[in-house]
Amino acid sequence: MTPTPTVPAPVASLVEVGLRYGKTVALDGVTLDIPAGRMVGLLGPDGVGKSSLLSLLAGARAVQQGSVHVLGGDMVSTDHLETVCPHISYMPQGLGKNLYPTLSVEENLQFFGRLFGHSAGERRRRIDELTRSTGLGAFLERPAGKLSGGMKQKLGLCCALIHDPDLLILDEPTTGVDPLARQQFWELIHHIRSTRTGMSVIVATAYMDEAERFDWLVAMEAGRVLATGSPEELRRRSGTDTLDAAFIALLPEELRRGHRAVTIPPFAAGEGAEIAIDATDLTMRFGDFVAVDHVSLRIRRGEIFGFLGSNGCGKSTTMKMLTGLLQASEGRAALLGHEVNPKDIATRRRVGYMSQSFSLYSELSIRQNLVLHARLFQVPPGEIPARVGEMIERFGLGAVPEAMPDSVPLGIRQRLSLAVAMVHKPELLILDEPTSGVDPIARDSLWQLMIDLARNDRVTIFVSTHFMNEAARCDRISLMNAGKVLVTGAPAEIVRQRGTGTLEAAFISYLKEADTRGAAGPAPAATEPPVAVAPASETGRKFPFSLSRAWSYSLRETLELKRDPVRATMALLGTAILMFVVGYGISLDVENLTYAVLDRDQTTLSQNYALNLSGSRYFIERPPLADYAELDQRMRAGALALAVEIPSGFARDIKRGTPVQIGAWVDGAMPRRAETVRGYVQGMHQGWLQDMATHRLGQDAAPGPATIATRFRYNPDVRSLPAMVPAVIPMLLLMIPAMLTALSVVREKELGSIINLYVTPVTRSEFLLGKQLPYIALAMVNFASMTLLAVTVFGVPVKGSFATLTAAALLYVVFSTGFGLFASTFTRSQIAALFVTMIGTLIPAVQFAGMLNPVSSLEGPGAWIGRVYPATHFLTISRGVFSKALGFSSLHASFWPLLLAVPVVLGLSILLLKKQET
Amino acid sequence: MPHLANILRLGVKELWSLARDPIMLVLIAYTFTVSIYVSATAMKETLNKAPIAIVDEDGSPLSARIGAAFYLPRFQPPVMISPSGIDAGMDAGTYTFVLDIPPGFQSDVLAGKSPAVQLNVDATRMSQAFSGSSYIQQMVLGEVGEFVQRQRSSPPAPVELALRSRFNPNLEETWFGALMEIITNVTMLSIILTGAALIREREHGTIEHLLVMPVTPAEIMLSKVWSMGLVVLLAAAFALMGVVKGVLHVPIEGSVALFLAGAALHLFATNSLGIFMATLARSMPQFGMLAMLVLLPLQLLSGNVTPRESMPHFVQVVMEAAPTTHFVSLSQAILFRGAGLSVVWPQFLALGAIGAVFFGISLNRFRKTISQMA
Repeated sequence: MTPTPTVPAPVASLVEVGLRYGKTVALDGVTLDIPAGRMVGLLGPDGVGKSSLLSLLAGARAVQQGSVHVLGGDMVSTDHLETVCPHISYMPQGLGKNLYPTLSVEENLQFFGRLFGHSAGERRRRIDELTRSTGLGAFLERPAGKLSGGMKQKLGLCCALIHDPDLLILDEPTTGVDPLARQQFWELIHHIRSTRTGMSVIVATAYMDEAERFDWLVAMEAGRVLATGSPEELRRRSGTDTLDAAFIALLPEELRRGHRAVTIPPFAAGEGAEIAIDATDLTMRFGDFVAVDHVSLRIRRGEIFGFLGSNGCGKSTTMKMLTGLLQASEGRAALLGHEVNPKDIATRRRVGYMSQSFSLYSELSIRQNLVLHARLFQVPPGEIPARVGEMIERFGLGAVPEAMPDSVPLGIRQRLSLAVAMVHKPELLILDEPTSGVDPIARDSLWQLMIDLARNDRVTIFVSTHFMNEAARCDRISLMNAGKVLVTGAPAEIVRQRGTGTLEAAFISYLKEADTRGAAGPAPAATEPPVAVAPASETGRKFPFSLSRAWSYSLRETLELKRDPVRATMALLGTAILMFVVGYGISLDVENLTYAVLDRDQTTLSQNYALNLSGSRYFIERPPLADYAELDQRMRAGALALAVEIPSGFARDIKRGTPVQIGAWVDGAMPRRAETVRGYVQGMHQGWLQDMATHRLGQDAAPGPATIATRFRYNPDVRSLPAMVPAVIPMLLLMIPAMLTALSVVREKELGSIINLYVTPVTRSEFLLGKQLPYIALAMVNFASMTLLAVTVFGVPVKGSFATLTAAALLYVVFSTGFGLFASTFTRSQIAALFVTMIGTLIPAVQFAGMLNPVSSLEGPGAWIGRVYPATHFLTISRGVFSKALGFSSLHASFWPLLLAVPVVLGLSILLLKKQET
Repeated sequence: MPHLANILRLGVKELWSLARDPIMLVLIAYTFTVSIYVSATAMKETLNKAPIAIVDEDGSPLSARIGAAFYLPRFQPPVMISPSGIDAGMDAGTYTFVLDIPPGFQSDVLAGKSPAVQLNVDATRMSQAFSGSSYIQQMVLGEVGEFVQRQRSSPPAPVELALRSRFNPNLEETWFGALMEIITNVTMLSIILTGAALIREREHGTIEHLLVMPVTPAEIMLSKVWSMGLVVLLAAAFALMGVVKGVLHVPIEGSVALFLAGAALHLFATNSLGIFMATLARSMPQFGMLAMLVLLPLQLLSGNVTPRESMPHFVQVVMEAAPTTHFVSLSQAILFRGAGLSVVWPQFLALGAIGAVFFGISLNRFRKTISQMA
């Protein structure tokens, strides 16, 4: 705490703030006043609580402990959150994390503008100004996912600035961005601050050189604040020259102890040294996008070779081609003298690879991870314990071999990743940004390990990085930009050639040269004063439900649906196909039943009886049976649905008037079918008796004492199709729309853009209903096409009120899309959401909704589900309108459950959705 | 040449991953216990609690006798309504059947005039309409016959039909429903577990890491097939022995071991199908749609909802390629009819062949599709 009397009221103040994720402590009693109108930097490596602190300040995360006041109010209060939300802008960590990758630059900006309630003209003016000053104007049509890292961050900044916030919160905005773009980014921020002097900016960064430019710094470690003050003050206090050194000096003693400066013995490659990696003209194209453009490399054995460039410049793609993960579009590459071939298991055993996103198996302990990998790399079983022990010792994992990877700091996890990549003693290591997110001390120790491997064990190391000081430690480096290698050479040599003082300056000069040649890069930033506009028109005014914000989400969802035509096509075409399949496939007419006769009599009369069966359209005769054994065998195999035994002496006994018994066995494995077969057989038996009485025995058939006149109503011919088609529509109209929305929320959770719900003024109901709208429209198109199919192709006319059916369908699809949203709000992974939707729609729709068996005939919990499930009631309406020629007056009773289901499912979804991360 | 040790180890890793996902474990437990119980008990018999109304315009002892013949569980207690209530009751779906006994029915019967009783049937509820109407017909005629018998004697029928149902003497739907539910859940779960899990690994990039190790795609796929197959197989075995036999008291005729062997082959086929679908879909939302499009026909057309022989010939032919068709047929044969391997070997063979085809195609596409992932 540095209470300076000249500082105005703080923009934010925290008192004893604590935050835990499960057992992990992220923030531990932080008390801090952040001065207003300044550029404030949060310093420290990953995992010390910077991001947690920022998300608390932005209101993205719920306060657990202590108090957080931002812009003069308590962030626990929902009212204050709503009021203050439009005045805070938050750019989360990760390149383009809050952007929508399939949407273009323009569409992303329009989306955010609408969220803040700007009119069309206002949006146009702001977007034009912001994109002009950031140099994005030329790329308005490009999807955000295809922008380079630097441009993504500029777009993120534009999105954050679109509503003129009073407090701008940036979480590591320049990590992974090339030095030129970084430079431009900061120039932009300074220009904006010069025009909007009241604005406070809080930035988290891992780059010490950036921190030098800030007004006020907060150094953090392990969830606590180490020190605060201006850069000058911090340096003075620790008695060091650089912030880097100052930070290390500020660390507690036990953390500093292990640290020593990295020393690099010179690389001595003999003449004619072996070539470990030899690549010529490697090229990778994704569609018309060239990710890697004719890259050639020759890396000698034992060399440390660095790949320097921003995120998305093609470093990872090149590495993936070398490992055989990606098939190169052009060019050739060889590792250790062998052509790269994905099927070449032998070479893979000599190579270790650590991918950028490499996730250790979090369900295995550190030791288990090492053992699993040793086994997979076929280290001889006898050597495994010794090898694992050696790795644990060498990589300093001795203190925690039984811990789970998630419970140890990132630095240790990265060491484990390296250990895993090394466990089979490879001759070549390919490491994709091994140190990103690792604090300076851990980074140095990781480098010391790599240098030891290269120099002592002659392991070739091919490493990519975006840190300049790491690049300087390599024997040779390649500077990469936009898929092309700009220059290759020893770091000192490159600096000398360019005549610049530092490697960073040399890189920037190469980048500028490439930009002018390619003219593809961003225009120089801030050639004119940007963003001096009136305050947002709607901020400050509160509405319980804003149509324009909901509409903003509807538009965005529609655009995403349009960008993924496969999904919409599957939804529309799939419904039609399923309707055909189910409509024609499910036949409730039981026919083509197989039967065989065991005729022990072999008389004309017994043959006559058998003939009686074969004449039926329901039965198909199979070869006669010889004995019980055959009867048994064929029935067990399911080859016969019915077996009839006519006893010997059948004709004789009938003539004598002795009672005769015909035996009939029905396959009861499928009870419904068996029931129908019994009905058929009994009917035919009676018919035969009558026939025999009249024709053979010359008796006059006395009429029965009574007859039954059966009237099959609504479907006089008792055909399957008219009964099934009205039942299939409710089923499909439930499952497909629910599946479409089921992933919409949980996907944003998995991919990170859910943050926009947390930090923009959009409410939960606006968010959900806005997302739902396009799917309701799509489902109604589905409904229309299914009705059309029913009438035209299936010949099942709509006999009753079509308006009633449409109104019910609308209510029903609001429910079914709502059900998908519901499944999406409380699950955390996409698989679980998928599964919940499947269980929640497929099973009740087929079994309990009355498609085959009326709900009134069900028992137990199934009956209960059937009675409340909306599909049941829509099925009643659908059958009523299609088959029974009914209108609203007869069906209104079935509307009530639908009307009730809609608010219930939407209400539950809104309740279960969190407006803040907890 | 797949390396057995790798397959084993990677499979164990899959099991660990599943063990650490509590929501999935709860869902699996639910689908193989509660869900099966609810489905199996929802429908006790083919004709169960059928809603019926009677319009008694006769008001005679005979008509009362007919009315008293309908009782649970086959029929709900009949509701007595007036002739004007018929249309409304049937339109609303309150009754599937309305029996209209005309005035003077009893006297006409005794006079030998053979009067007609009108039976109205809601034919949109086809399955109930079919079995119910013939049942009602027999019951009414039986009651009338007995009534008449007491008044005057008539000769017995010369030929009697002894009709028996094999394998399920009382035609209890619970037996069938329970098995059908197990089959549905086995199929659904195996496709989602392997397919969606593979998409997730692709979206998170962990599958890439495996591919740079000395591990072949065939080994990765086989490890998923055996591990997820084992989980579902154990769950299915538990459902069969614990829920179906233990709680629902369904007698199991044939060899459980043979059934489980068939289930294992089925799982090989559906897991391979799941992987194949994951190589087709480019993202989880696409996979979700694809799963719906595949699972629904697999469930409805395989013969575990309606009999296969009644389906159009074309559908029957196409569904020969679906693993569920063969699994349904072998399960019914083994569990209900007590069939042995000598009877069901063609289904075993078909399942193995279908699985091998899907596995082969997926193997071919595996590496290519991983690299297409955004």
